[in-house]
Amino acid sequence: MQTVDIAFWASVLSIAMAAGTSLVYATVGEIFAEKSGVLNLGVEGMMIMGAVSGFAAAYHSGNILAGVVTGSMVGGLMALIHCFVTITLLADQVVSGLAITLLGGGLASFLGQRLGVDGTPLVGLIGPRLLQIRIPYLSDIAYIGDVLFNRDIMTYSLYIVVPLVAFYIRRTRPGLFLRAVGENPQAADVMGVDVVKCRYFYTVIGGVFAGLGGVHLSLSYTPGWTESITGGRGWIAVALVIFATWDPIRSVVGALLFGGVNAIQFRMQAIGTNVPAALLNMLPYLLTIVVLVIITYFEGLRKKVGAPDALGLPYIREERV
Amino acid sequence: MEGIVKDFPGVRALDHVDFIVNRGEIHGLLGENGAGKTTLMSVLCGLYRAEAGNVYLHDSNSNSEKEVVISTPRDAIVCGVGMVHQHFRLVQSQTVLENCILGIQGSNLVVDYNAIENDIIELGKKYGMEINPEAYIWELSVGEQQRVEILKMLYRDAEILIMDEPTAVLTPQEARLLGETMKRMAIEGKTIVFITHKLDEVIEFTHRSTVLRDGKNVSTVETGNTTKRELANFMVGRDVVFSIVRPNISPGNYVLEMRGVSVYDSRGVQALKDIDIDVKSGEIIGVAGVSGNGQKELAEVATGLVGCNNGSIYIGGQDMRGCSVDGFIKAGVSHIPGDRIGVGLAGNLPVSDNLILKSYQIKEICGGLLFNKRFVDEYVDRLIDEYEVVTPGRDTLARNLSGGNQQKIVLAREIESTYRCYDDARLIVAVYPTRGLDVGATEFVRSRLVQQCSEGAGILLVSDDLEEIVAISSRIAVMYSGFIVDVVQADCVTLEDLGMLMAGESL
Ligand SMILES: Nc1ncnc2c1ncn2[C@@H]1O[C@H](COP(=O)(O)OP(=O)(O)O)[C@@H](O)[C@H]1O
Ligand SMILES: [Mg+2]
Repeated sequence: MQTVDIAFWASVLSIAMAAGTSLVYATVGEIFAEKSGVLNLGVEGMMIMGAVSGFAAAYHSGNILAGVVTGSMVGGLMALIHCFVTITLLADQVVSGLAITLLGGGLASFLGQRLGVDGTPLVGLIGPRLLQIRIPYLSDIAYIGDVLFNRDIMTYSLYIVVPLVAFYIRRTRPGLFLRAVGENPQAADVMGVDVVKCRYFYTVIGGVFAGLGGVHLSLSYTPGWTESITGGRGWIAVALVIFATWDPIRSVVGALLFGGVNAIQFRMQAIGTNVPAALLNMLPYLLTIVVLVIITYFEGLRKKVGAPDALGLPYIREERV
Repeated sequence: MEGIVKDFPGVRALDHVDFIVNRGEIHGLLGENGAGKTTLMSVLCGLYRAEAGNVYLHDSNSNSEKEVVISTPRDAIVCGVGMVHQHFRLVQSQTVLENCILGIQGSNLVVDYNAIENDIIELGKKYGMEINPEAYIWELSVGEQQRVEILKMLYRDAEILIMDEPTAVLTPQEARLLGETMKRMAIEGKTIVFITHKLDEVIEFTHRSTVLRDGKNVSTVETGNTTKRELANFMVGRDVVFSIVRPNISPGNYVLEMRGVSVYDSRGVQALKDIDIDVKSGEIIGVAGVSGNGQKELAEVATGLVGCNNGSIYIGGQDMRGCSVDGFIKAGVSHIPGDRIGVGLAGNLPVSDNLILKSYQIKEICGGLLFNKRFVDEYVDRLIDEYEVVTPGRDTLARNLSGGNQQKIVLAREIESTYRCYDDARLIVAVYPTRGLDVGATEFVRSRLVQQCSEGAGILLVSDDLEEIVAISSRIAVMYSGFIVDVVQADCVTLEDLGMLMAGESL
């Protein structure tokens, strides 16, 4: 009985890892942007554009790396639009983000119908995909070996990227400046930090990450192009940032949870428990709200882990404070 | 600085201003609210770009003045200019240390916390501003936060330190300490520009001072050769009345009565204990006390913002139990709140909207659904005129005005909204009405309050300026830890007596 249980959870975790990878990319990207004070609601649009362009590039070149690079660049370019509109033109970040999500969705669907061979649709084409790489010895560890060490390269990258990003934000000088810009751009500015440059930089980085998240979907998790391949994952990433309280490490936990929900649901039904699917799907969002309530309620906690103070606010140097 | 010009939409904030500070001196920069002091210094520290003018700084290499171009805060830092802003520019969620190293490009990517910590402690010792580098800003008091502001400038070797009204947020003791610190910094060879309204401090701390009025130079004087009166005249441009006499009319009916009022604050601590107080028409009751002893709550109860847990309140004889704030307003209560920017005004709304914020129920202003634009404009322009609000126009956003003019808007709105409806039973609750205002605006606000009083209003005046309270109140209630310890006649009490009462002792 016990072994069945462990095997069950291992398989759930395995699916969660596969589904969660794109979420972690998108969430880490959004954490970068929000830490600098820019709310980017365009993640969904950036992901789906990353997915379509990444797949198209990989398909036509036959080179998976070309796909990854293209997808991330396209994500970054979309973010650049968001930067220009909100940081330079000082437009509302929510409106711009929503517009970019809508733009991305429409454009991706348009491109998906034309980017195949000689202007035919991409749908149904089979292109190169990221292969799972089994790491010798480590993957032989009982139960978790196969879960952790039989994955594709983009998931492996996260093993390094996530701790690195966390360290960068918490302990390095540029990380400190980044946090300061998101908390109080007025303070950062008078101390000689270039607020505009900083916000541009990290928001574009965020777009690159969102693009990578999309690429992982179309090149690995559900290889190929289908309309609405992202299925709202960009929005989940936005929620995950709150769930993870702006911490890259915690975002992994959240992504596994979100990614695992479907898996659990599937397996549970196999075992015979009858929890309604809708309820399970709701769970992660419910937890996000719980986290929000908790960090809002406890003042000390909010000051330590809460949203960057200047999140969503434009910065104008000559404005009175 | 030479020939500095700076325009904001609708105003010329600086009009060819010259400003010369010698090395190693403490230089006072004076002027009324809105004179352009902050603007001038913001130009120097790279926050504002001037339309015209040049800046020259001492260059230690050639030992002479050299023209510099400062177009960003970063340039200013490189030139050794540091400013302590009136509204602190600190990252609340970070530590003292992190705030100090913000913006400094170190050779190492990873911050070496221990080494920097020692540097900051050393620096603090040297200037008598000791502070724990690991403390978070939000844990610190206002005075301590100010020390962090100064330290972070010293940490990056600023040679010229600009302090924008640093003493406005300090207690008298802290202000004296700051004065000592400034003197010590001057001895170390730093140059200090000290902006203030308080003439005593100018006389006490500065070597020379420059007065601005309406964005223009008035004069620069050796502080040793001048008097408070002369400086005040420079600032305002006319003779200032230093004393306003309290109204001399016999009190009429009760406008406010509180009987046995108790209030618990959000943490469950009893903030007001069994308060009995009354205000009659034609009377100013001053409320004195060290801040935090219940004055804030008293004002909140009197305006209906907070309900009382025990006891009863009558406005003009009417029992206010269970009434909303609207009920209090309708009963004739005006409120000049202590937090003028946060509570008193809607900063992002224009002057005109702020002025009619409380009068929208008046028929001529809003007949049914729509505002009567023509009437509103006339009404607003009349108030701007009558209350001497200096603003580019009625459409200027309230937050872009100087403090004195903001307060005049609050005053105008509060007085006018009740004036027309309630001649006899009017109560004005004024909390720190002149805090942070220059002499001219202070005089204006006080004389308007006194005038209202002689026209029949009753005034509850909460203030931390004892001289103000003694000068215009008829009776003074002293608060200590939630009690009213005593009510004394204003004309036969000394400041010493008040001090004793405020410390909780009896006479
Ligand atoms: N950022 C700004 N935007 C628009 N107007 C401003 C701004 N800063 C200052 N002003 C205007 O410039 C004038 C000078 O203001 P300020 O320098 O703050 O005066 P002071 O510091 O002497 O009280 C005022 O009329 C004020 O309304
Ligand atoms: Mg000022």
